[in-house]
Amino acid sequence: MSKVKTPKPNFVSTTNACKLCTPLGASMAFRGVEGAIPFLHGSQGCATYMRRYIISHFREPVDIASSALGEKNAIYGGGPNLKKGILNVMKKYEPQVIGVATTCLTETIGDDVPMNLKEFRDEFGDLDLPELVEVSTPSYSGTHTDGWHGAVRSLVEQLCTAKVPETGRVSILPNMVSCEDVRHLFDICRDFGIPATILPDISETLDGPALEDYVKIPSGGTPVSEIREMSGAKATIEFGRCLPKQTGGTSLEKRFGVTNHRIGLPMGLRESDALFETLESVSGNPVPRRFELERGRLIDAYVDGHKYVFGKRAVVYGEEDLVVGLCAFLAEIGVDVVLAGTGARGKGLEAAISRVTDGVARMAPEVREAVDFHDIAAEAESLKPDLLIGHSKGYRYAEAWGVPLVRVGFPVHDRFGGQRILTLGYKGALNLFDRVVNAVIEKKQADSSVGYGYI
Amino acid sequence: MSTILEERKDQIHLSGEGAIDMACNRESLAGAVSQRACVFCGSRVVLYPIADALHLVHGPIGCAVYTWDIRGALSSGPELHRLSFSTDLQETDVIFGGEKKLEAALDELIDRHSPKAAFVYSTCIVGIIGDDLEAVCRKMSEKKGIPVLPVQSEGFKGSKREGYLAACKAMFKLIGNGDVSDISPLSINIFGDFNLAGEIWIIREYFEKMGVQVVANVTGDGRVADIQRCHGAALNLVQCSGATLDLAKMMEEEFGIPYERVSYLGIEDMADSLYKVADFFKDKDPGILERTQKLVKEELQVLMPELARYRKDLEGKKVAMYVGGSFKAFSLVKAFRHLGMKVVLVGSQTGTREDYAELEQITDPGTVIIDDANPLELSHFIKEKDVDVFVGGVKERPIAFKLGVGFCDHNHERKEALEGFVGMLNFAREIHASAMSPVWQFVPRRAGRMTEEKKEAVNE
Ligand code: SF4
Ligand code: SF4
Repeated sequence: MSKVKTPKPNFVSTTNACKLCTPLGASMAFRGVEGAIPFLHGSQGCATYMRRYIISHFREPVDIASSALGEKNAIYGGGPNLKKGILNVMKKYEPQVIGVATTCLTETIGDDVPMNLKEFRDEFGDLDLPELVEVSTPSYSGTHTDGWHGAVRSLVEQLCTAKVPETGRVSILPNMVSCEDVRHLFDICRDFGIPATILPDISETLDGPALEDYVKIPSGGTPVSEIREMSGAKATIEFGRCLPKQTGGTSLEKRFGVTNHRIGLPMGLRESDALFETLESVSGNPVPRRFELERGRLIDAYVDGHKYVFGKRAVVYGEEDLVVGLCAFLAEIGVDVVLAGTGARGKGLEAAISRVTDGVARMAPEVREAVDFHDIAAEAESLKPDLLIGHSKGYRYAEAWGVPLVRVGFPVHDRFGGQRILTLGYKGALNLFDRVVNAVIEKKQADSSVGYGYI
Repeated sequence: MSTILEERKDQIHLSGEGAIDMACNRESLAGAVSQRACVFCGSRVVLYPIADALHLVHGPIGCAVYTWDIRGALSSGPELHRLSFSTDLQETDVIFGGEKKLEAALDELIDRHSPKAAFVYSTCIVGIIGDDLEAVCRKMSEKKGIPVLPVQSEGFKGSKREGYLAACKAMFKLIGNGDVSDISPLSINIFGDFNLAGEIWIIREYFEKMGVQVVANVTGDGRVADIQRCHGAALNLVQCSGATLDLAKMMEEEFGIPYERVSYLGIEDMADSLYKVADFFKDKDPGILERTQKLVKEELQVLMPELARYRKDLEGKKVAMYVGGSFKAFSLVKAFRHLGMKVVLVGSQTGTREDYAELEQITDPGTVIIDDANPLELSHFIKEKDVDVFVGGVKERPIAFKLGVGFCDHNHERKEALEGFVGMLNFAREIHASAMSPVWQFVPRRAGRMTEEKKEAVNE
């Protein structure tokens, strides 16, 4: 059960980072609000780069406005450009919400965005103003997940400001999951007979249909009215075992007494059970038969495929909570996670993993925060992985080591359908299971001189 | 028109409608969702393909991570350029300065990879906290015995163009240090080609067939040692909208080396470029003209019949393009003529007044010419002009697709060689595949049009 600790490399420089920057996460979260447009307060380049990056994953138009600061603004402050930019966005996009996220530049020059927005509201109070939500997102103290959680919390705190009568709804703060995951969550809640507000809801805004016309802001997303009414929900359920202390969920609990259930990302059997149990208690309804069947099928599949994956060694990397969820799932099927890494730091990753794998994992993985791909590669020799599980950026390494890469998370730039990868619930676990087992089988076939066609 | 902001009106022009007086090289308008990037982006694009140099981005993580191996620039040897190095500045570095971290990072990375040179890019935040990049680079150059070159590319200090200049300044420091004794009198440097999908290999082969030695690729498949001795070449060929034009000018001034502007896109421009070189060297080697003619003739014999097949399908279809540099647009306009297609919109991120004036000359009346456009304007014109194919970059692709319009990726991220004669064929093939796919029948906006067309056909 014990394992030999390899000395951890301690590099100053970062090579091939395993994380993205903070405002990117905020922009993605803002994109999941109805009628919203993300607005980066900083220089033009950051917004353009992030758009490009997000577009490559979702293959959808992603408009992110910028205050396009130039040299003078960097010296004298970006307030005037911020206001001008908001006016221009209002004119052209007619948004209901503008989500303003700072960048490293504006954080460093010390722009006071809340004050700028207050001035803006005073100055242009006669216009029909959209909701202006701001979040502070310096990239030198956090990663894209911090930006995501920060934006969600800002949305909750700045839009839901009054207690409303009971709505009978449940609020779900799902963390950085895929469009398909969000759709599945809606299905689950519907079958439980409980209306859900999911924040953010990127299911349509970042995975839209082909339409007659180019829409300025895609339809879908969490309605502002529902965010306002989160104070009257039966409960909040937020996913993540590495969340910041203060979140949208804790804020609702503290301010309005809405019970906050913090559970892990429902990945694998046991973490999904936690979700279904929570929904059972919140809705007062039993688990619908459909999901009992799904659960049964999942266990059936686990049994059918267990031999192919038992004892395989996996390197898992990506967003902290995704890594935790994957570890939970992999432990259940007998895959040994030899390294679990995230680019973020100070997330309590190790404790979270040991908690979700307790009782099933055969070994504790080496857990690394603030990891980059060079760190991971430095240990490849001793890790001897059989497969990699994480986003696309591990491709070069998987290729170099001749092991399969099971793509999951963000970004998926070298395959189609990243936004449609289902990971949550029994159905998500089943999907992951099929992909992992098949990756192992494919590798076996590729390596075999005989080429078994009947496995 | 409500999609177009008042302040942007003088950045849009219709060919043939009065005098052209474009406002360009302006800062992007706040809140306009510009398709443009930043100074850093400009520098990174130019220098990135130098494959045996270390490219260290000094700043917080984003700037480095978003530029990690996103281009299609290939190398025939080392591949150091495909890694993403960053100092990943943290809060304490921002407060106390990042020089120490930069120095340590350079120390570590140079030892690890033994590069032939190192480029250190400054990003916005470095400009603000005031790290002395020059001093750190000087110190590390001495310590490590390789050129360590600062690239002053703080993003907010302008647009991509300023980044090109910063890159050229950094490269210029390399030039003049190498041995030039074995360089042929018939020799050139290839500037402004980035070897996307191996394009520079196609072009080099043409020159080799003409008997011309290529000293340095600047910068596609580039090597530091070649750049260090590229002042030994007789002529610089500059492609693209000025990404490396500044470097050519510096070399002309310092070393007296002339330059020619060329383009390897499309049939005429490719042939013209080769003839320009032949013409330049014809006094030194009279046989070169004939060799060049032979080369062009052979290539065209293969190409033309193939093109004709595609042309049959594409005749009369309408195309719009939005590119980074406008020089590329000139070549594309001509290339589309060969396919029988009509260009109805041309836009660029960084065109100059002269560029737009020239575009107005070579396009048909009524063509929209646009500077620094944004998604709403682009989608507006795609619909208004009823475009069949759009040429652009990653950020433009989903706009076209949402409107049910074919799309061809023609930017630094392309993975298909589009230069040279063979590139023209690839290009035709791609345009054909983009315009002729049956999927457009199912896209709502086009489906309507198709049924109309059918109705009309029945009525006739
Ligand atoms: S400056 Fe900061 S916000 Fe902008 S891209 Fe770089 S890391 Fe991201
Ligand atoms: S921080 Fe500056 S240099 Fe970096 S991407 Fe943004 S604009 Fe460009």
